Amino acid sequence: MNGGGSPPGPGFLLLAAVALLSAAALGYEVLLTRLLAIVQWHHFAFLVISTALLGFGASGAFLMVAGSRIRIPPGPFLALAALAFALAAPACFALAQRVPFNVLELPWSLRPFGWLLVIEVLLAIPFFLAATGIGRTLIVFGDRLSRVYAADLVGAGAGAAIAVGLLYWLPAGRTLDGLGAMAALAGATAAVRAPRPARWGLLAPAAGLLALLLTGATGWSELRVSPFKPLPQALRVIGATLTESRSGPLGLVSAVENETVPFRWAPGLSLLARAPVPEQVALFVDGGGPIVIPRHRAGAAPPGYLDDLTSALPYHLLERPRVLALRAGGGAPVLQALGGGARAVDAVEPQPDLAAIARSRYRSFSGGVLTDPAVRLYVGDPRAFVEAARGEEYDLVQVDALGASPSGLDALKAERLLTVESMRAMLARLAPRGLLAVTGWSQLPPRGGPRLLATLLDAFAAEGIGPAAEHLAWIRSWNTSTLVASRAPFSAAEIAAVRSFARDRAFDLVHVPGMEAHEANRFNVMERPWFHEAAARLLGPERADFVRDYKFDIRPATDDRPYLRSFFKWAHAFEILALRRAGGVGLLAIGYLALPVALIEAAIASAALILLPLLLVRRRSGARKEGTRRGAALAGFFSLGLAFLMMEIAFIGRFTVILSHPLYALVVGLAAFLVFAGLGSWLAGRRGPGGSPGGGSVAWPAAGIGALAVVYLAALPDLTSALLGAAPGVKIAAATALVAPIATLMGMPFPRALARLRQLDPVLVPWAWGTNGCASVLGAALATLLAVHHGQTFVIGCAALLYGAAAVALSRMGRVPRQDGGGRRQSLSSEV
Amino acid sequence: MNEKSGERAAVAAGDASHPLGPFPRRPFPRREFIGRAGALAVAWSGAAQAGAPRDEMRRGMLEAIADTTARTAASTGVEAIDPEVMTALDRVPRHEFVPTEIAELAYENRPLPIGHGQTISQPYIVALMTHLLALAPHHRVLEIGTGSGYQAAVLAELVDSVRTIEIVPPLARQAAERLPRLGYDNVEAGLGDGYYGWPEAAPFQAIIVTAAASHVPPPLVAQLAPDGVLVIPVGERFSVQMLLLVRKRADGEVSVRQVLPVRFVPLTGGPR
Ligand SMILES: C[S@@+](CC[C@H](N)C(=O)[O-])C[C@H]1O[C@@H](n2cnc3c(N)ncnc32)[C@H](O)[C@@H]1O
Repeated sequence: MNGGGSPPGPGFLLLAAVALLSAAALGYEVLLTRLLAIVQWHHFAFLVISTALLGFGASGAFLMVAGSRIRIPPGPFLALAALAFALAAPACFALAQRVPFNVLELPWSLRPFGWLLVIEVLLAIPFFLAATGIGRTLIVFGDRLSRVYAADLVGAGAGAAIAVGLLYWLPAGRTLDGLGAMAALAGATAAVRAPRPARWGLLAPAAGLLALLLTGATGWSELRVSPFKPLPQALRVIGATLTESRSGPLGLVSAVENETVPFRWAPGLSLLARAPVPEQVALFVDGGGPIVIPRHRAGAAPPGYLDDLTSALPYHLLERPRVLALRAGGGAPVLQALGGGARAVDAVEPQPDLAAIARSRYRSFSGGVLTDPAVRLYVGDPRAFVEAARGEEYDLVQVDALGASPSGLDALKAERLLTVESMRAMLARLAPRGLLAVTGWSQLPPRGGPRLLATLLDAFAAEGIGPAAEHLAWIRSWNTSTLVASRAPFSAAEIAAVRSFARDRAFDLVHVPGMEAHEANRFNVMERPWFHEAAARLLGPERADFVRDYKFDIRPATDDRPYLRSFFKWAHAFEILALRRAGGVGLLAIGYLALPVALIEAAIASAALILLPLLLVRRRSGARKEGTRRGAALAGFFSLGLAFLMMEIAFIGRFTVILSHPLYALVVGLAAFLVFAGLGSWLAGRRGPGGSPGGGSVAWPAAGIGALAVVYLAALPDLTSALLGAAPGVKIAAATALVAPIATLMGMPFPRALARLRQLDPVLVPWAWGTNGCASVLGAALATLLAVHHGQTFVIGCAALLYGAAAVALSRMGRVPRQDGGGRRQSLSSEV
Repeated sequence: MNEKSGERAAVAAGDASHPLGPFPRRPFPRREFIGRAGALAVAWSGAAQAGAPRDEMRRGMLEAIADTTARTAASTGVEAIDPEVMTALDRVPRHEFVPTEIAELAYENRPLPIGHGQTISQPYIVALMTHLLALAPHHRVLEIGTGSGYQAAVLAELVDSVRTIEIVPPLARQAAERLPRLGYDNVEAGLGDGYYGWPEAAPFQAIIVTAAASHVPPPLVAQLAPDGVLVIPVGERFSVQMLLLVRKRADGEVSVRQVLPVRFVPLTGGPR
């Protein structure tokens, strides 16, 4: 293959086209994550990575099966692929939106299972097209592919940033059109040098597509939000008007007014409430919510209903407190604080658009509460704010945890603000007699509440606060509960104040120091005093046993496992699943259920689209060589695929805490892994032919990965808290620097092992390649599943071990007769 | 043939005489009477279509309800659904209340989508809620959240007069047409905000709030008669987590019970 027969090297235009298309493919991954969070729910984010890999894997299989029979020259072929992508990216998403998939029906029927598979395959098509275009270009340029490869990586890195840019500049629904336009441009670029008839045959449709996408004439920009999400529900109500909608990288914020049927969002309002709930404007983020802005007249007393919520309790224990209200953008928590006598309020709102709407359009509606001289509004991540606010001292840190869905749709959403580490930071910002109050939903049977308490107790222990029972007050209504933690033991007067606050509002005591069992479960009566019993057991000596024996996972949430709302325990899966028709569907968290379902679907789809085509090839190819251990080889490649994705997903998971938002974590994580793994495989290829073809070629990177993993496992917790308060640029740089060495090493094993296998037994190559592709599709879903139960560091550890196992397996696939090693051919699947 | 065209005419008349156009902007009550669309057309069209298989399916549904109730008795405190409630469930043609595409699922013991992002509850939950209301024929009943009208029809089988309010115009319109067509002319269906109840018809011996509620609307508690009961299924579209039961005692004191509709003890080896 070396020497004379190669085609001329790739020209600049072709390289530019590769970069553009590669950018579009990665951008598509990022945008899909965002768009699916809007039209469906957050938990579909992890599905996207799996889907992308499916498309890449299928493309690889396709090229192996049919690649040699493609007669179209590289330029026009790339152009065709790019144009097809340009059309498919928006079209497939528009089609997927029309699939009658309803995740909420999962416990009741198999239908959603099938529809989800359809969606996954539809969304994989654009990835397939991009990968086929780029993959073929790589293959055609054989041993001069490094420049093509570099273009591919540069493009991918840029694609992540471009996606964020598109989300800034365009309404969410139009971003895919923008991306498609970029791909059409890639197609045109690739076509410019094509021979005459082909050139115009490609440029004309490219121009047409460009015009179509830029004008939005396709009509595909409409986002069909699941009708079961809160925003469409609110809009169906008579009199509802959507007054404003702003979209950005961090979410789509919609404001809804209704004069006919005003919003009256007041979770946990006392049954004995005296004051009526005033009119409110509702804000929705990605169709979820609401977060409300209560009507208020500047200078008037804040609405009385706010004092009849469980979250008002701390204001009855403090005199003129200085308050930190986290997630307070709508202004209700701020109004509550002012009504409760706060002398100063620092309010933090993570959603810039939400804060902007509240401060501009509804400024006078809300009585200017967010611009009150006693109030300072910070727009940014609450967790980062807390970490950076060293030196500040608050009398009350008030956390609103009611934003998440009460019924488990947000089970997989990382709750960075309510981990042991975060609670420690919040406790550390308190004045000597200060309070930390967290208000959340109180499901039945209890799970979120007990887990919150377990988390707090770990934070107490770490901060040296105790005995815990003396520092805690916990009350509940029928649907909310407020947990109040005090730095100092509660005084007798404070305890009396808690009791009378609860009694006057028909709230139940869950725990106050010195409480008797018969005082629990008085007003909102359940079969047993489940909450009080849980609190008593958690505060008692048998806490570990209680946590272990509880049928829901209520282990403390940590930065490593920030899934406060995922309660599923496999040990009780069958009991709970069996009860789903017998009134027990509320015990299931659909957000969680989607995960194992996705894993199964990933297995089905990848087997069908990656392995099945290869089966066809095998029939035609010759007999395999003797002396190769087929099992060892395939096991090795399978492990590599799993390991790569598990490592990548675990890092993206950790970055969610550090970088303050899942989207930024995804963008930085994807781009960094792609670019550095690409660098690694390029380096590996360079050394390949000259270096030893022995087992060392895989063993060394694997050992390096293991060593780095150990270092990271030890250093991540401290690094996380050190970085949390840092400037965004510093965070991004640090995250990239963390990824660089390990991803570089991770890029090496696959090309080296593949090169060796090619020498050993070329017939096996497609199989090795396909198993690896399937494993990466699975790995993406599996990593999330494992992280939910065992944490990200566990996943990192597993990935490192898998690299070790892969090295062992690959070293056993057989001996290579000494000769010059060949290909550096890359598969996209190992790099995403 | 005649019957059918008569039916259509009646429905059209109902629609025309109560156009659900612009909603009047007045404070209370936020509700519009739609009317008994077809006092003339009370032919129970369901009876003609409902052949033997449907009866069989309905029996299957009742068995599922009875079975589930028995299994959950320890946590709900309900050993068996009141036979009258069971009879009512047997008589209401549930398949008439769901979109035709999913009519074959109508008698499964599961919630179903009814369009407009709304759902119809699982039959077991409907049975349990209705049972907990402890109805007598003379009771005045209010439902917030008409949806398909199914729950209202079940109630209408048990009491003389039911009022139901729906906030989504097409659903309200559909139920106002459907209920009289199926013979439920003791149901008054309105369009509007259920938060304020139906003060003109208060007090009610039973109120059922099938609409999602972040809190118990105080006006509804106020419209509860002494010894009256209010039930709210709490949860999300396809999953009811618990039932909230608000009871007003004769002296006006209010008590609240939270009923877990499933037999489940969260602690292994814990108290049973
Ligand atoms: C779960 S569905 C009710 C199902 C219904 N009972 C049945 O048997 O089909 C809830 C209904 O309540 C309605 N709704 C929501 N808020 C309301 C309000 N404030 N007043 C009246 N109806 C409301 C919704 O539009 C929806 O149709």
